[in-house]
Amino acid sequence: MNERRMKRISSVTAGMVLMGSLLAGLLSSRSEGKPPADTVMARRTGGGLGRILSGDQVESILRGAKAVQKTWENLTPEQEYYIGRAVAAQVFQTYRPLDRPAANTYLNLLGQSLAVFSGRPETFGGYHFLLLDSDEINAFAAPGGLILVTRGMVRCCENEDELAAVVAHEISHVEKKHGLKAIKQGRLTEAFTIIAAESTAQAGNKQLAALTREFEGSVGDVVKTLTTSGYSRDQEREADAAAVRLLQGAGYPDRAMITMLQRMDKRLANARGLGFAKTHPSARSRIDALRKTIKDTESAPDLVRQQRFSAAMQPLLAGR
Amino acid sequence: MRTKVLLVLLAVSAGVALAAPMSVQVRNGKVRATPSQLGAVVVTVDYGAQVQAGTPERGWYPVTTIDGKTGWLHESALSKKPIAMRAGTTDAATGASSDEVALAGKGFNEQVEANLRKEGKLDYAWVDRMSAFKVDANEISRFLKEGHLPGGDQ
Repeated sequence: MNERRMKRISSVTAGMVLMGSLLAGLLSSRSEGKPPADTVMARRTGGGLGRILSGDQVESILRGAKAVQKTWENLTPEQEYYIGRAVAAQVFQTYRPLDRPAANTYLNLLGQSLAVFSGRPETFGGYHFLLLDSDEINAFAAPGGLILVTRGMVRCCENEDELAAVVAHEISHVEKKHGLKAIKQGRLTEAFTIIAAESTAQAGNKQLAALTREFEGSVGDVVKTLTTSGYSRDQEREADAAAVRLLQGAGYPDRAMITMLQRMDKRLANARGLGFAKTHPSARSRIDALRKTIKDTESAPDLVRQQRFSAAMQPLLAGR
Repeated sequence: MRTKVLLVLLAVSAGVALAAPMSVQVRNGKVRATPSQLGAVVVTVDYGAQVQAGTPERGWYPVTTIDGKTGWLHESALSKKPIAMRAGTTDAATGASSDEVALAGKGFNEQVEANLRKEGKLDYAWVDRMSAFKVDANEISRFLKEGHLPGGDQ
């Protein structure tokens, strides 16, 4: 090795050490309370900041440090799609899908016809709808557009317009990305740090295992919110308001939102603390918040819509 | 006359300057003939593809695809950020294939899902089945029309 090259290498190495110490200073200055995730990452990968880092590693860690700032808003539609798929798969562990092709086809026609009027008509994998074999009055929206409606919820709806109100509300949760907002920031910080620091990883498989762990945690956060804790009142009202706009866009009488909530309120009177009642604010408060935005006063139900709703959902409505 | 020509030239060049590259951020971006979800599909563009996008009108961008086709894409299908499809190169130190590194680098993705499937933690059979429910624009138009829903007249 010639002298000039030796000098060049030693000056590059000195630069790396300097960058390493600057980075260590940056990280330690933020070390009050919870250790920043990028510090955790450095420890995990065994890449100790005290040793000389390669240019790629320093760059990756610096990118990792920036990743700490990232939130649910930085999740791409593709990442949202994979989270949504896992959320739906996990919901299916508790709620069995209802294998009724005609009813599911109708629900998809209705749902996708509404989704085109949403503020977010396009998601990575599109909107898809499925009935659940449960008497519980409930509906769930997994991120990215996988929407699940229980048989109990369909039985609660008097007509297509009311079912459209339910579906519009769920589409609006997807539009507003409420599911993603339920993911704990710490998990996202970890995940984005792993993503940003790819070239510091000592083993691809370990990195994948760590990502899978954060992914499972994120999915768990969303499922818990959907099935147990519920969205915030503000988020529910936001979804209600967007649902009314959606119904108006498609041409459904927006009053269906009010009649659906009233009907649910009656049915849920005996089911306080269960299903939808557990995860949603009271119908009364939701109706009060909506009154000013409802344009349609009273209109007779449309016969064609009434008939196609009854025909498609007949097996679910029997004995109602 | 000369001023008029100058103004026209200025307007045209401003229009060209306003066109900016954007990336398709959905699996199948449908470029439509009219700015409507019910408009005829001119061409389908894949995830990550770049298009030249003009000034949006009520949520719709006029776009030109890489092979020169023009139409409209809804803003929810587009991102201003470039989407790196395969960023990684073979990393000898990790022993992982370039695809593994690239996919893991992209975060929550099909590789993570495959890992979960392999561990038998989640059953995706019904997720795949429900994702296969497809409804096209013609069926939607018919559904709206037959149900006397005026939204379909847009």
